[in-house]
Amino acid sequence: MTGLLLRRVAALVGVLFCVVTITFFLIRVSPGGPFDAERKIPPAIEKQLLAKYKLDGPLWQQYTSYLADLARGDLRLSTKYRNRSVAEILAQTLPVTMTLGACAFTLAVVFGTVLGVTASQGGAKDFLAMLAALVAVSLPSFLIGPVLILVFGIWLGWLPVGGWGTLPALVLPAVTLAAPYVAYIARILRGSMIETLGQDFIRTARAKGVRERTVLYRHALRVAILPVVSFLGPLAAHLLTGSIVVETLFHIPGAGGFFVNSILNRDGFLLGGVVIVYCAMLVIFNMLVDMAYGLLDRRIRLDG
Amino acid sequence: MDESRGAGAFLERPVAVGALAVLAVLAAASIAGPFFLPPSYAEPGPLSFAPPSAAHPFGTDINGRDILYRVLSGGRVSLFVGFCGAAVSLVIGTAYGLVAGYAGGRIDALMMRVVDVLYSVPRLVFILVCINAFDARLREFASGMGWDWLVSSSRLAVLVVALGVIEWLTLARIVRGQTLALKNRQFVAAAAALGQSHVRILLRHILPNLAGVIMIYLTLTVPAVIIDESFLSFLGLGVQAPQASWGSLLADGASALNPVKIRWWLVVFPAVTMGFALLALNFLGDALRDALDPRDRR
Repeated sequence: MTGLLLRRVAALVGVLFCVVTITFFLIRVSPGGPFDAERKIPPAIEKQLLAKYKLDGPLWQQYTSYLADLARGDLRLSTKYRNRSVAEILAQTLPVTMTLGACAFTLAVVFGTVLGVTASQGGAKDFLAMLAALVAVSLPSFLIGPVLILVFGIWLGWLPVGGWGTLPALVLPAVTLAAPYVAYIARILRGSMIETLGQDFIRTARAKGVRERTVLYRHALRVAILPVVSFLGPLAAHLLTGSIVVETLFHIPGAGGFFVNSILNRDGFLLGGVVIVYCAMLVIFNMLVDMAYGLLDRRIRLDG
Repeated sequence: MDESRGAGAFLERPVAVGALAVLAVLAAASIAGPFFLPPSYAEPGPLSFAPPSAAHPFGTDINGRDILYRVLSGGRVSLFVGFCGAAVSLVIGTAYGLVAGYAGGRIDALMMRVVDVLYSVPRLVFILVCINAFDARLREFASGMGWDWLVSSSRLAVLVVALGVIEWLTLARIVRGQTLALKNRQFVAAAAALGQSHVRILLRHILPNLAGVIMIYLTLTVPAVIIDESFLSFLGLGVQAPQASWGSLLADGASALNPVKIRWWLVVFPAVTMGFALLALNFLGDALRDALDPRDRR
């Protein structure tokens, strides 16, 4: 297990290194610098600015010194939000993004599971659940979001349409973000439940007189949930990307808005910081999912 | 079961035929519609935020442009990017899957590991960065070469390629799996025994057997690419104004939403049109999969 963990951490560092390198050079490839403004800055001041933000010298030197800074845990200063460090911005915005993401994640997994198990029972419920799922899975959050705002926020006036900090304000964004994935999980789970329910151990359990509810949720779900578990990694990636839209839509002060602006402003270090944190979170999350998978399914050996 | 497979089975499904009809109508309206509307509808006019009326059935936007016109011409962009992006992803995914599956062993393991890693990385995030970087370069290059047509649509070209580049993973996995199964079949061994080259075996013997599966995933990739494009346009990083796509129209509509003046038509019409298109494409893909792919049948 320790060897596996070490290998995984090494892989994490490898992925992050690639991510940093690609991001660093991509932002340099794009024309326009971080200090381009409508009014031309005098050359002397621009030189000073470049030196302050460590953007002077040959490109490879800038790159190696950035890597060295990162290795020391310094994400540097944002070139747009002057005098604020990237670490500071992330510390303020990431908790918001992660709260939203965690709520949507829970919604997606819980409702997706219930819907999927219900649908696997067949009949009219199955048809309705799968129809709803196909509709939800086809519609992206930036389509559902404005419609939800219009209906629940403005016409009915039940829920606030923006802002952050109260529970009601969290409802619409979380639902918007989670809806397609509730549907997606329900569809995966339905198929896998139907397959599992056809197996012998389910017949044995029923023959023993176990209650149907217990058969479904205790016996069948334990096996049928595996494809859903392996979707959790990609799910986290989708939620993270999706939250960029949802944060913009609902005016939520999360990291997503800063991410979009950092591209538009050529704010390379802020962009780098956000991308590093996003990728690190995802890789770590995937690691945890893999381990959980190994615990749930003894047939899979992780160290093999 | 045999009689329920293939094209006949596909056309017997009312859902599939309905989806095909909706798509055909939407595509035709998007392509031809703007020609039948007065050209002034595309230009800013005096009527700002006019609600739907006989002259403007979908209302007008902040600049007095007709929403119907913009939804239709936006559909052109969205559908174009969707189909072309899916075609790019088709080429990449098929080639990658074929090579991985055919090579097998360590090469296969390595190539599939790359796919796994890419699955869990926020690809769209990278694409955002790439588009910004390459769009300007391409525009510079095009104006240097004197290609005016490319200068005006460089953003679209970059979008098509970039979205194709991120949506190939699923197809690569499917193709690789099928190739693994096919390469051990006797007709492949026979071709190899006849001394045919690997490339020839792949293209002439294995690829034709994959056509059905590839078709199915192509139909499912189109809506995925449309969603990606609209996602970027929604954030203002996709198509550039005054060009519109469904995503940018939704963004405009969402930003104009406020409780004081309810301009619902700005959201509802683009949302409904795009919703219909996406639903039709997904229903179509699902029906096609049920009809052609016996493994997924229940």
